[in-house]
Amino acid sequence: MTAPAAADHLDQNDPAIRAAQEARLREVWKPPSGWFFRWTDVNNNRVGVWYTLTAFAFMLFAGVLALVMRAQLAVPENDLVSANTFNQLFTLHGSMMMFLFAVPMFEAVSIILLPQLLGARDLPFPRLSAFGYWSFLIGGVFVGGSIFFNAAPDGGWFMYPPLTTRTDLSGLGADIWMLGLSFIEVSSVAAAVELIVGVLKCRPPGMRLNLMPLYAWYILVVAVMILFAFPPLIAGDVLFEMERLLGWPFFDAARGGDPLLWQHLFWIFGHPEVYIVFLPSIALFAMLIPTFAQRHLLGYPWIVLAAVGTAFLSFGLWVHHMFATGLPKISLAFFSAASEAVAIPTGIQIFVFIATLWAGRVVWSTPLLYAVGSLAIFTIGGLTGVMVAVAPFDWQAHDTYFIVAHLHYVLIGGTLLPLFGGLYYYWPLVTGKKLSDRIGRIAFWVMFAGANLAFFPMHLSGLAGMPRRVFTYPAELGLGGLNMASTIGAYLFAGGVLLVVIDLALSPARPKGPRNPWNAGTLEWLAHPEDESWGIRSVPLIESRYPIWDQKDFVAKVDEGRFFLPDAEEGRRETIVTSVLDARPIQVARLGTPSVIPMLTAIALGSVFILTTYHLYWLALAGGVATLACVLTWLWTGTAEIPEKPCKAIGRGLTVPLYLSGPSASGWWAMFITMLADATAFSGLVFGYYFYWTIHPDFPPPDAAGPGVFWPVAAIGLTVASWGATVVAREVHARGGVAVARALLRFGVMATLASLAAGLAGPWTTGLDPNSHVYPAIVWVLAIWTAAHAGIGAICQSYTLARSLAGRMTPEYDADLRNITVYMHFLALTALVAYCTIGLFPEVAS
Amino acid sequence: MRRWRQRAHRKVRGLSVTLWTLIVPPTTWAGHFLFSYLWAALMCAKVGEFARFPTLFAVGTVVALVIILAAGRIAQIQAHMEGDAAPHDSGTEIDRLRFLAMATLLLAGLSFIGVIFTALPVLFLTDCR
Repeated sequence: MTAPAAADHLDQNDPAIRAAQEARLREVWKPPSGWFFRWTDVNNNRVGVWYTLTAFAFMLFAGVLALVMRAQLAVPENDLVSANTFNQLFTLHGSMMMFLFAVPMFEAVSIILLPQLLGARDLPFPRLSAFGYWSFLIGGVFVGGSIFFNAAPDGGWFMYPPLTTRTDLSGLGADIWMLGLSFIEVSSVAAAVELIVGVLKCRPPGMRLNLMPLYAWYILVVAVMILFAFPPLIAGDVLFEMERLLGWPFFDAARGGDPLLWQHLFWIFGHPEVYIVFLPSIALFAMLIPTFAQRHLLGYPWIVLAAVGTAFLSFGLWVHHMFATGLPKISLAFFSAASEAVAIPTGIQIFVFIATLWAGRVVWSTPLLYAVGSLAIFTIGGLTGVMVAVAPFDWQAHDTYFIVAHLHYVLIGGTLLPLFGGLYYYWPLVTGKKLSDRIGRIAFWVMFAGANLAFFPMHLSGLAGMPRRVFTYPAELGLGGLNMASTIGAYLFAGGVLLVVIDLALSPARPKGPRNPWNAGTLEWLAHPEDESWGIRSVPLIESRYPIWDQKDFVAKVDEGRFFLPDAEEGRRETIVTSVLDARPIQVARLGTPSVIPMLTAIALGSVFILTTYHLYWLALAGGVATLACVLTWLWTGTAEIPEKPCKAIGRGLTVPLYLSGPSASGWWAMFITMLADATAFSGLVFGYYFYWTIHPDFPPPDAAGPGVFWPVAAIGLTVASWGATVVAREVHARGGVAVARALLRFGVMATLASLAAGLAGPWTTGLDPNSHVYPAIVWVLAIWTAAHAGIGAICQSYTLARSLAGRMTPEYDADLRNITVYMHFLALTALVAYCTIGLFPEVAS
Repeated sequence: MRRWRQRAHRKVRGLSVTLWTLIVPPTTWAGHFLFSYLWAALMCAKVGEFARFPTLFAVGTVVALVIILAAGRIAQIQAHMEGDAAPHDSGTEIDRLRFLAMATLLLAGLSFIGVIFTALPVLFLTDCR
């Protein structure tokens, strides 16, 4: 079979040509087979499903933990489980539901849905999705499995020091939490990078920003939130483990530390986290409500306002978890004000949904039942949220079951039930089969009744004085009846979940249903029950928000390959990259194919975290080297490949490049976004330094000897020199000066390594002892962080040099050099801030 | 006066709109919020008190409100440009621009309220307790 010279839609009338195209696409997108190699797949259709099922399994597991807790609390003075086990149960329940279910479930669902919604063949970095999944699985099993060894974390899902940092008070569980979940945070950031670049760069031609499905808007917003919310926790984790493993006193008040710093870093993550798990579920409503109202969603810009507004405000709420810590009232009031303000955008989106239903011809389907029911539950949780946002009320309700009631109403109404609604809505998209409407409705009402019976009485028991996190309570409190009601409700709720599981289990035996069973108007419903692995037959030209409803013969045209990229002439997996604002096609990107590398990288990186937990530092170091080797192999063999021809015809007379570099390329954006997350983590550490300065009358302490001014200033100079060399190398290289660019990169590597040494020389030569006081400890951490980044910078520069020498980078194809320049910008900024802080600030402060 | 206004409107309509301009109002809110929080935290920790109507705080709040109002006004003019037929949700250049401008205008409204909310406590709380 010979490939046509240029893909052009005129050919598409010939069935033979179409069949040949399909055969080529099928061959290119064929999933790997074999008992092991099937797991090396990277296609979003597969990885997304694995991801979803794994997150669902973790949810069921964490739910069972809750049932054990409710059994223990059913009657006063019960002795079903010990206090110690109970502590592990509630810690693991909260941690798993948040880190192993709510956030990963959003990523999992998005990995399945996003390419479909955007008419893309796959996300821009399929191997990164696979890496994220394997990291998630390894980390999740590590953290969740710990309870079977009586080694689960037991300090609450927020792990407040000093209880958790003192190794005599908390065992290995704290390390498992900290290191296991840090590892999962890496996979979350990886997913965020993937999803942001996906939404911004992989939309189909014509899908301008104002035509984007609202789900994609929400995903964009939530992924950006992850970038700014998770890194402060990673910074906190670093400090936390330094204290636990090495005794550096970041949270130890006796040596100048402060446990409140952890609370700040945790909740700067923890509050946006609530919206990170809530917004994607609301996003599902934004997809299914128009379908069942059979009309366009009203108030499209208002939804964008709500999503973006909530995202911003959610970063101004963290202290409302710390109202009882004795901060000045004025500070509390700022956060109280922001907490009240966030009710505005949240309310707006609910009103938009109600208005759309009001204006449409409503089809009362099972998914819509879930949507409406969960909004009712969420609204109750939202209203108690407005109550606890008022500081004086919060002081009364703090650490009581009132809060437990509030947060479960929010999370069940705002995350869990919407996801079940989404499950019923999107199951036909993934499997081609509908779930049972009858079982779905019964399950809904059972869960609805169960949730209210379980959690409403907690408002009352909380106000009556029942504290959280107690494994039992005396009969004299008179709370036995309310607790029994909660327990019955919890089991009823579990019964509803069981019905859903049964419904899912029955699904394989059912026949396939029709295509687009809900008569929806958005792109993802192009999916066919007998789906092929290629994602979409041809990438459509979008002219409406609901193309299936509005564009003439849309489905047929897509299926007949009459739009873009209907072929895979060169035998490569490809998708179209478009411009950010107006989705003009600018590139055909070659995508990653099935490979064992993502899995190996995840295993190697996982070993670093897991071995560190058990203090096996040399083995962990070996794991680190293996990770580096995997990453370099991955990059060398799988990225910035020079194409066999500069351009490619994609149909309809359009020809676009096969290679891009700089700010229009997906890889550049991935680097930029990753570095934003990295810079955010770094700012968490810098915040720590100035936090200590704020709380101490003398900081640095008068007897502090280092790190002096000389070495930090030298380190700044060397980093700036290296940065300058890289920037000049990029410019000279683009103009053909390959030899000069190579020389500059060589100089850059030397300067970066010298800056690394100079950075560490400051605290080293002045003999700062990080165990003695928090000041030397925080100075060391800032220096080590910056030095480690300099080390990575030197690797980046060496890698680019090697690419040039190997002929894999030329002045025309220079993505590597442009990408590492982004890294070097951030390195220079990091060094400037870090060394000015530790070297120059003490001079100013004194 | 009128001609001057028309010229200004024409100039505003020509301003380019991106995802970055969309987040100008909420970013201003975030800046003001951070400034307020740090200002209070530093005053209370290092000085032990803060004045009832500190000039710096008032100026910061006014600056934030002016930026938000300006962004909102620009967005308002752009959101009401002559365009394609209602409901302005076609895949055209002008409708994309009107959408981004409209979203910016709405965000400016929310951010304006947010800044006022943040400023209010200073009117009622006078010390660091």
